[in-house]
Amino acid sequence: MKDVELKMLERAKALLESGEVARVIGWKKGEFIYDPAPASFETVDELKDFVYNWFCGANLSKYLIQASKKEGKTAVFLKPCDTYSFNQLVKEHRVKRENIHVIAVECLGKFDVAKIKAQGVSSIVDVEVQNKEVKVKSFGGETVLNKPEILLTKCETCQKTHQVKDEEIILHDRPERDVNRFAEVEKLEAMTPDERFAFWREQLQKCIRCNACRNVCPACSCVKCVFDNPASGIAAKANDDKFEEQLFHIIRAFHVAGRCTDCGECSRVCPQNIPLHLLNRKFIKDIDGLYGEYQAGETDEGKTPLTSYTENDIEPTDAVNGEAK
Amino acid sequence: MLKIAKERLNELYAKISESMGLFIPIKKGGEVNYHVWGEGKEVSLETLKTVKSPKNMFFPQTENMMKFKTEGKNIEILEAGIRKQGDELKPFVAFGVKACDYKAIEVLDKVFLAEPVDTFYQARRNATTIVTLACSKPEESCFCGVFGIDATNPQGDVSTWLDEKYLYWQANTEKGETLTSLASELFEKGGETEVEAQKTSTKAVLAQLPFANLDLSRFKPENLNELFDDTRWEEMSEACLGCGTCTFVCPTCQCFDIRDFKTNDGVIRYRCWDSCMYSDFTLMAHGNSRTTQMQRFRQRFMHKLVYYPSQNDGLYSCVGCGRCVNKCPQNLNIVKVIKTLGGKKND
Repeated sequence: MKDVELKMLERAKALLESGEVARVIGWKKGEFIYDPAPASFETVDELKDFVYNWFCGANLSKYLIQASKKEGKTAVFLKPCDTYSFNQLVKEHRVKRENIHVIAVECLGKFDVAKIKAQGVSSIVDVEVQNKEVKVKSFGGETVLNKPEILLTKCETCQKTHQVKDEEIILHDRPERDVNRFAEVEKLEAMTPDERFAFWREQLQKCIRCNACRNVCPACSCVKCVFDNPASGIAAKANDDKFEEQLFHIIRAFHVAGRCTDCGECSRVCPQNIPLHLLNRKFIKDIDGLYGEYQAGETDEGKTPLTSYTENDIEPTDAVNGEAK
Repeated sequence: MLKIAKERLNELYAKISESMGLFIPIKKGGEVNYHVWGEGKEVSLETLKTVKSPKNMFFPQTENMMKFKTEGKNIEILEAGIRKQGDELKPFVAFGVKACDYKAIEVLDKVFLAEPVDTFYQARRNATTIVTLACSKPEESCFCGVFGIDATNPQGDVSTWLDEKYLYWQANTEKGETLTSLASELFEKGGETEVEAQKTSTKAVLAQLPFANLDLSRFKPENLNELFDDTRWEEMSEACLGCGTCTFVCPTCQCFDIRDFKTNDGVIRYRCWDSCMYSDFTLMAHGNSRTTQMQRFRQRFMHKLVYYPSQNDGLYSCVGCGRCVNKCPQNLNIVKVIKTLGGKKND
């Protein structure tokens, strides 16, 4: 990972020095190894804080909405999953493609520090990864953890590959993986309606309506959300627990259906660890079942299942549980 | 000092619950938050930080304030929420409150109990007996010591300490004594030595924590303008999503909004937590005085570190619980602000 970071730093420097780009969007060092923050670097001097490590899970695509409106080109480091969001934003005319220089960077999965801490390791100083083995160095010594157990939830089932690249920095091969990203959705589908209601109720009851899921979501790119707009007549903060439990997240999932790339940021940022991505994945699975396999963000053009009409489209009354009757 | 064996704690909870509500950290849906205790609930006193702070008990995320019933041109005003119960609000116990969160209640008191008194908050505060719990395993995001808080020796109506075998119990006030008398048969005497030993060993850990020596010396009222105008707010806030996570998990954030909800035959007026990070916060008839996320971000930290202390004899409205350090989706937090703008010791 250190070699990848060095290569990235080298490119960032070169791009800024040559004036090809006005800024580079990447990650900045935090107080610990595990708290890098998205950041924009405009000078070579600022790059002293640049970092790319196992904890750079944040999706940088959404920051490009603002960046692509600025004077001069912006270079950005995108992981495979981030490139789908990027394409989707370009397709929806939210990001000006010609103003962005995409550097596709290697990603072998990112870690969730909360999952490491949950295994009893705190004060983490460094991590060393060899295949599925992660040596976590902390003040308490060294602990070997199993990599799949400490990955961010969004990385657990990732099979994504870079969809956009103006150039790439990939130094290591990604191991082949055979995972079913719909396994958790299938478990929910197998439940009775009552069980499923109880599951979502328990999860959504935790919601504090902080809107982190919405604000981080690349598909939620409205300049002003109706729920934030006092003139909309339906502006809402946490006004009623029932609303959080039953409606808000479902409305949002409907709103991004067909556009959600399954980047998984919603679940990554949720302070109460609500598995919000499962709502979106259910929609993705249903769209696959009803209209044929479709992955949002694979390209930055073309029609989508829910925004185009063909005579063969399934009738709403014939669609049951995401399949033709 | 008294003590009670850990395996008998459920008996204590049951005893308290006979006559009072008992709010205690409980694991529900995978996360630990304060909930009302009941038989079979998964209590977790070992959890260092509940996701939401205990402020929820006095200042719930949402509560009804009044109702208006309309019939033709008549409007009838009805009491709603706790007003209906008035002073008869059922007494309850807040159990397991950590030293930082206890200090946070002092911060909230100065806002809600100052004139004009917030009667909703006051009714709940008066109805509460607070049982605090000392920390024995603080972690790297903790920095309560910077604000003069002793995590090993929390105050409250009752102070408690937990080890592998016992919960040690020390009543500090009349309310605390009354609570103790509810379940006196469950307690035995002793524990001074164990508690002292735990305090010493935890203090050694606290002193080693990475944020133990944050320098707050620049955050003074006289530096207000200089801090406000600092050019670094832009870079500190650039990744901010404008979500409300930091404000909603914060034990001292106290802002709320009052809104009307239209029902079939009238209106419910309620209040709910608001966040200075939100774009419609401070929206007035003429528009909004804060139009950028940088301004909103700056407001939050200036309030914690400069405005609030300047109005409250130097008391900061951050207690170093570190929830924002753990929960900010993009890893921005008050520690990064203190390190960037605070005194020379931070360099």
